[in-house]
Amino acid sequence: MKFELNGKKIDINVAADEPLLEVLRRCNCYSVRSGCDTSNCGICTVWVDDRPILSCSYPAARAEGKKVTTIEGVPAEAHEVMELLANEGADQCGYCSPGFIMSVIAMKRDLTNPTEQEINEYLAGNLCRCTGYMSQARVLEKLWS
Amino acid sequence: MDKNFKVVNQHIAKTDAFSIMGGAPVYTGDLVPGDALTVKILRSPYAFAKVLEVKKDIAMKVPGVVCILSHEDVPLHRMSAAGSSYPGNNPYDRRILDSIVRYVGDPVAIIAAEDEKAAEKAMKLVKVSYEVMEPVLDFEKAEEMAAGGAVVHPEDNYVFQMDIGGDLQKNILSQDAIGEGDFEAEYNKCEFKLDETYYTCANQQAMMETFRSFSYYDQSGRLTIVSSTQITFHVRRLIAQALGLSQAKVRVIKPRIGGGFGAKQSMVTEPYAAVVTWKTGRPAYVCFDRHESFACGNTRHGFRVRVRLGADRTGLVKALWVDSLQNVGAYGEHAVNVAGLSGHKTIPLYAKTSAWKFTEKSVYTNTTPGGAFRGFGATQGCFAVESTVNKLAMLAGLDPTEIRLKNLPEVGQPMPAYYGEILQSCALPDCIRTGRKMIDWDNKYKSEPFSTQVGPHRYRGLGMAVTMQGSGLTNLDCCTVTIRLDDGGFYTMGIGASDMGTGCDTILAQMAAEVLQCDVDRIVVNGVDTTSSPYDKGSYASSTTYVTGNATVRAAKQLLDKMMAEAAVQLGVEQSEVEFDGDRFFVKAGEEMLQSMKNAGLNTYEKTQAKEGAESEERSLSLEELGVESVNGQRDFLTATVSFSGQSSPPPFVAGFAEVEVDTETGEIQLIDLVGVVDCGTVINKNLAQVQAEGGFMQGAGMALYEQVVIADDGRLSTDSFMQYKIPSRLDVPKIRIAFEESYEPTGPFGAKSIGEVVINTPSPAIISAIKNAVGAEIHSLPATAEKVYNALKNK
Ligand code: FES
Ligand code: FES
Repeated sequence: MKFELNGKKIDINVAADEPLLEVLRRCNCYSVRSGCDTSNCGICTVWVDDRPILSCSYPAARAEGKKVTTIEGVPAEAHEVMELLANEGADQCGYCSPGFIMSVIAMKRDLTNPTEQEINEYLAGNLCRCTGYMSQARVLEKLWS
Repeated sequence: MDKNFKVVNQHIAKTDAFSIMGGAPVYTGDLVPGDALTVKILRSPYAFAKVLEVKKDIAMKVPGVVCILSHEDVPLHRMSAAGSSYPGNNPYDRRILDSIVRYVGDPVAIIAAEDEKAAEKAMKLVKVSYEVMEPVLDFEKAEEMAAGGAVVHPEDNYVFQMDIGGDLQKNILSQDAIGEGDFEAEYNKCEFKLDETYYTCANQQAMMETFRSFSYYDQSGRLTIVSSTQITFHVRRLIAQALGLSQAKVRVIKPRIGGGFGAKQSMVTEPYAAVVTWKTGRPAYVCFDRHESFACGNTRHGFRVRVRLGADRTGLVKALWVDSLQNVGAYGEHAVNVAGLSGHKTIPLYAKTSAWKFTEKSVYTNTTPGGAFRGFGATQGCFAVESTVNKLAMLAGLDPTEIRLKNLPEVGQPMPAYYGEILQSCALPDCIRTGRKMIDWDNKYKSEPFSTQVGPHRYRGLGMAVTMQGSGLTNLDCCTVTIRLDDGGFYTMGIGASDMGTGCDTILAQMAAEVLQCDVDRIVVNGVDTTSSPYDKGSYASSTTYVTGNATVRAAKQLLDKMMAEAAVQLGVEQSEVEFDGDRFFVKAGEEMLQSMKNAGLNTYEKTQAKEGAESEERSLSLEELGVESVNGQRDFLTATVSFSGQSSPPPFVAGFAEVEVDTETGEIQLIDLVGVVDCGTVINKNLAQVQAEGGFMQGAGMALYEQVVIADDGRLSTDSFMQYKIPSRLDVPKIRIAFEESYEPTGPFGAKSIGEVVINTPSPAIISAIKNAVGAEIHSLPATAEKVYNALKNK
């Protein structure tokens, strides 16, 4: 299968039933992690053709010829969010962070001046067990100001 | 109290922030060697059965399968998977694989193959025959069923490490009774007598990184386990014990961890990886999926708690009896201590009793083993006792906050139900007052239900609760810290405490930096590898800030003292004349001497002396120079190692408040507001403490309203994924508002106590009493689902 990963051309053998998540990890993208088996947690969020998807349930073969982006592919935007998160202490175990950050950056591109409810709805699929979401909410507020 | 801190008590970012968020390969699953075998576990479909035969021959023919192990292939002796100090009270009740399976999911065979596909194919071809037995699923019937022959642990090589009151023929793991005074006499004298029974169910810790570990032989032939664990050193001992190896032949490494909340205070995957490497010599990796993590890891123990409480007409509690029955599950990890906390951390808050009693019993059943989960029994006890006190408030027509203020222990008082420890710091009254203001209690709280209507059939209500936890285990747990000055003029600190996302690497660095008067960046913290880290029992029991923190402060002070002495030698003066500003050592200012030189009456000798003093002010030595001196072979290397074990376990406190809105037509509950005011002594890291508290409150809210482990009639776990086991999403929780009322704990590092666990306890009793306050529906079992509220309203 051929696809573009963070601007780099990739040519890799993929099993018919292999989810994109596994393929990306095989490409040394360790930011892509799994938290569930039921498409509930959002931890595996990456972009395909700039749209956030759940890589755990996205068949790798479907990404043929497409553009896949992980946190490693958007260093500047990711850094901005990470810095805010770090300064807020919103990174506890950090396991959910890359997926969350990919959703946040996508949201920032999608929505202009969203309300709190719109933000929460956009990000509802990104679970975090550690933080209670409040610190993330404080970060999101700063992100638009 | 001098709280003029520079590095502690500040907002400091975590030292690992960018690596964990940015996707660096720093978690267990990122570090697995390419040639590691994939290990899968064949599990029992029955809740209770004898394994008669495991036929592996056909499965072994699957290409890529390397080994299949069943109970005949692993050591016979029993062990515990609990991470706690040795010797302890955890029974040796399990084997890596056993000939009896005791819950649905108990391992029957371990399959190791070159890849996952081969392992899974082989798993289907392993043929197991079972003799199915009747399982014990209802913990309240565990004793009765034992009389009928359903004994969960009939084996003859079961070992009690100490007398814990167990009686296996009755399915009893442990029991105990303590107390003071004549309970019945005092209770009968009381104006208000309550006798309430509450149930809490099992809960999943649900950390986002499931259980996982891998193993290999390192360069010196040691069986090395890399694991997502809270208990690195205990795992070394437990694996050595499980496989009959010397501890010198075992090494355990902890990378970054994707959350633990207590789940990883037990060994879960480690023995399966280790036994495969031990048998085959090959690296091996075990990773539980979410289903396995839920069904075959460990959960919060389910409890039944009966509270009998007597109080006088002013709300003073005179008699209090907490009676706990705990569902241990199939294996006894942590159960004895968990049961104990349900009384030890609830009764002391009602400090004016004339009589109190705490009785507890823990019984085995054929369900997923219980384990440690943030709060550890105090959570279950808090729900029952605080709900009872809220009911007292209602009966007596008193304000629940006033009842608490009346009954709290005072600083300087011994707390008999809390191991007799003397309370040395407590800002709980301030926490209550602040919380009351934050939630606008004085205006909003109405003692009668249905007082605040906000919609056609929607009503609001308020509830509150108080709680305490501990800070480590008194006189038992040992934490050690090594800190050294390196030749580049920075410090390296070795710790054995396990940062599981809580930020202990950062807060311990802050403490060292405060002593050594530098920025945290100057302290390199070395995570845990049993080969190079100093001993630490690990991260649990709310102990890192207090216990490892105390070791850190002492080690840093000892190093500072050594540096000062060495600097004095190098500068050719007495140590008392040396000053240190974090960067440079210099001889104390000659200012006064210069001053005095100007004074008339000094003789020539004195003038010379004074002049020399002033000149010596110029003499100084940089930290880097001292570092270089310390490695050039002429002088001693500058390092300090100090261990600490708490003589007490000072309790942190929380006052928690909730406002809910209930729909009387549907029973639906909406959480409107959640407020927590925390006394954890000095807050070491303001960001991290706040976020820990917010996270704990969210988990508490989940426990109160949604999270429920459901076991089907055949013993199967019905809630084995995030589809059925719902943890709160950002749409479910309201604004959680946290404030701190800092006391100063004299025995704590910079006055600090713990915070990790105490923050999970109050939401469930506060929310349950808010529901009652809103619509009069009384809930006695968690979680308070809409269905339960609806039924309670109908049956009123
Ligand atoms: S891993 Fe949970 S949604 Fe993909
Ligand atoms: S920080 Fe741990 S799951 Fe979000």
